[in-house]
Amino acid sequence: MIEFESVSKTYPDGTVAVEEFSLVVPSHRSVVLVGSSGSGKSTLLQMVNRMVEPTGGRVAIDGEDVAGRDAVGLRRSIGYVLQHGGLLPHRTVLDNIATVPVLNGTRRRRARTEAAGLLERVGLDPSLGRRYPSQLSGGQQQRVGVARALASDPNILLMDEPFGAVDPIVRRELQDELARLQADLGKTIIFVTHDVDEALRLGDEVVVLRRHGVIAQRGTPAEILASPADDFVRDFVGADREERRLTVRKVDGRDVAVDGTGRPVGVLHP
Amino acid sequence: MTWLALSWEYVLELTRDHLLLSVPAVLLSVLIAVPIGRLANRRRVLGGLVTGAATLMYAIPALPLLIIIPAVFGFPLRSSATVVTALTVYGVALLVRTAADAFGSVDAEVRDAALAVGHSPRSVFWHVDLPLAIPVLLSGTRVVAVSTVSLVTIGALIGVPGLGSLLTDGFQRGITEEVAVGVVATIVVALVLDGLLLAAGRALTPWARTPRRSAKTAGGAR
Ligand SMILES: Nc1ncnc2c1ncn2[C@@H]1O[C@H](COP(=O)(O)OP(=O)(O)O)[C@@H](O)[C@H]1O
Ligand SMILES: [Mg+2]
Repeated sequence: MIEFESVSKTYPDGTVAVEEFSLVVPSHRSVVLVGSSGSGKSTLLQMVNRMVEPTGGRVAIDGEDVAGRDAVGLRRSIGYVLQHGGLLPHRTVLDNIATVPVLNGTRRRRARTEAAGLLERVGLDPSLGRRYPSQLSGGQQQRVGVARALASDPNILLMDEPFGAVDPIVRRELQDELARLQADLGKTIIFVTHDVDEALRLGDEVVVLRRHGVIAQRGTPAEILASPADDFVRDFVGADREERRLTVRKVDGRDVAVDGTGRPVGVLHP
Repeated sequence: MTWLALSWEYVLELTRDHLLLSVPAVLLSVLIAVPIGRLANRRRVLGGLVTGAATLMYAIPALPLLIIIPAVFGFPLRSSATVVTALTVYGVALLVRTAADAFGSVDAEVRDAALAVGHSPRSVFWHVDLPLAIPVLLSGTRVVAVSTVSLVTIGALIGVPGLGSLLTDGFQRGITEEVAVGVVATIVVALVLDGLLLAAGRALTPWARTPRRSAKTAGGAR
C-alpha cells in the first residue's frame, strides 16, 4: 500500500508542481494518474522512490514514511519504468535487465540467466539479449525497461509514461502485454500517462489530475466514463466524443453497438 | 643514410627514453585532469575557476617551468622526474576542459535513470559517467599524447635524453641527417601512440561500434 498524505512540492525555482495531494494506492492494484503535461504526475511518482523530496506532507509505503528509508535501498526495492526506457546505452540488453540484481550482489552469470528468462516473459526473443539498446526499436526498448523493472521482483512498479514515445499500434501491444503481466503478477502499480484511453485500459482505478496535482476525480474507469465529476473531467476523458457515445441498434435480431458517428463497434452478448 | 646506419641502436635507445618520459606524463595527465574535470562539471563556479587556471598553465614557457619544478618539488634539475612533471603540467592544462566537457556530454536523463533504478551516486560515477565520457576523454587524450611526444624533445635542453637529443646534438655538430631522423622518429612515435589510443578507445566502447537500427525499421515489437 502506498499512501500520499497531503504531499506538496515546490521546486527551488518557485515552481509549484503539486499542492496537498492525498491518495491511497492499495496493494496489488494498478492506479493510473492521468493529466495533461505539467500537471505534476512525474513529480508525484518520483516522490515514491525519493528522486524528488516533498516540500510538505509525506509518502508512506506499508505505513512507513519513505523519508526514513535509505534512498538507494528504497529505489532498488521498487521497479521503475521511464518514458525513454532509461536504459544504459553502454550496457547490453541482458546487463541492463540484470542491473538491480547485480547491484544487490547476485552473481553476474546467474543474473544474466535470469534476465534471459525475463526477456521471454516480456515477449522478446532471448537472442536480443546481447544487443545494445540503440540496436532495438522503441517498442523493444520499452519491453526491456519493463523487464529491468521486474528483475528484482519488486512489490511496487512505478511507470512514467512508459509507452508514450512509441507508435499507437505498438503502444496497444505493450498495453495488452502489461495487462497480461499484471494479471499474472499482481504488483502494486502507479502508472502515469496523459493518454486517457491508456488510463481507462490499464487502471483498476483512474485518478484524473488538474494543474498542481489537484485531483479532479477518481474512480474505476467505468465510473469515470459513466459520470464525469465536472466539465473538466468530461472534457478531458472526452465523454462527449463520438466514439464514446454508443447506442444500440437491432440488426438481424442482434443488438449492435454503434458509436456517435454511426459506425458499428461491436455486438452485445446477452 | 650513413649516420643512421651507424647509430640506429642509439636511436632505438633514445626512442625508449622518449617513451619512458611521455607515456607516464600522459597517464598522469589523465589521472589528474579527469577528477578535476568531473569536479568542474559538477560545480560550475568553482569548476570555471579551476579549468581557467589549469588552462593558463599552458601559457607558462617551458624553460622557466623546467627550472621552477625542481625548486618546488625538490627533484634534481637534470632528472626525468622534472621533465615528466613539466609535461604533466601541460597535459593537464590541455585536458582539463575536455574532461569537463566529457562529463557534460553524458545524457542527464541516463544518469537520472541509473540513480532512479538504484545505482548509488558513487556507482553512477564508475558505471555510467566514466564509461560514457570515454569517447570525449579519449579524443582529448589523443591530443595530449601527440603534444606530449613532441614536447618531450625539450628535455634535451636540460640534458635529459630523448629523441630531442638528436635535434640538439645534430644542430650542434651540423649533422642534418641526425636532425631529420630526430624529427621523423618523433612523428612516428606520436603516430604510433595515437593509433594505440584509438584502438584502446574502440576496445573500451564496444557499444559505440555497433550499427544503429535505422529509424525506419524501428517500431516493431519483435
Ligand atoms: N526539477 C524541476 N525544477 C523546476 N520545476 C520543475 C522540475 N521538475 C518539474 N518541474 C515543474 O513542475 C511542474 C510539474 O512537472 P511534472 O511533475 O514533470 O509534470 P508531468 O509529469 O505531469 O508533466 C511543471 O510545471 C514542471 O515544469
Ligand atoms: Mg512527466
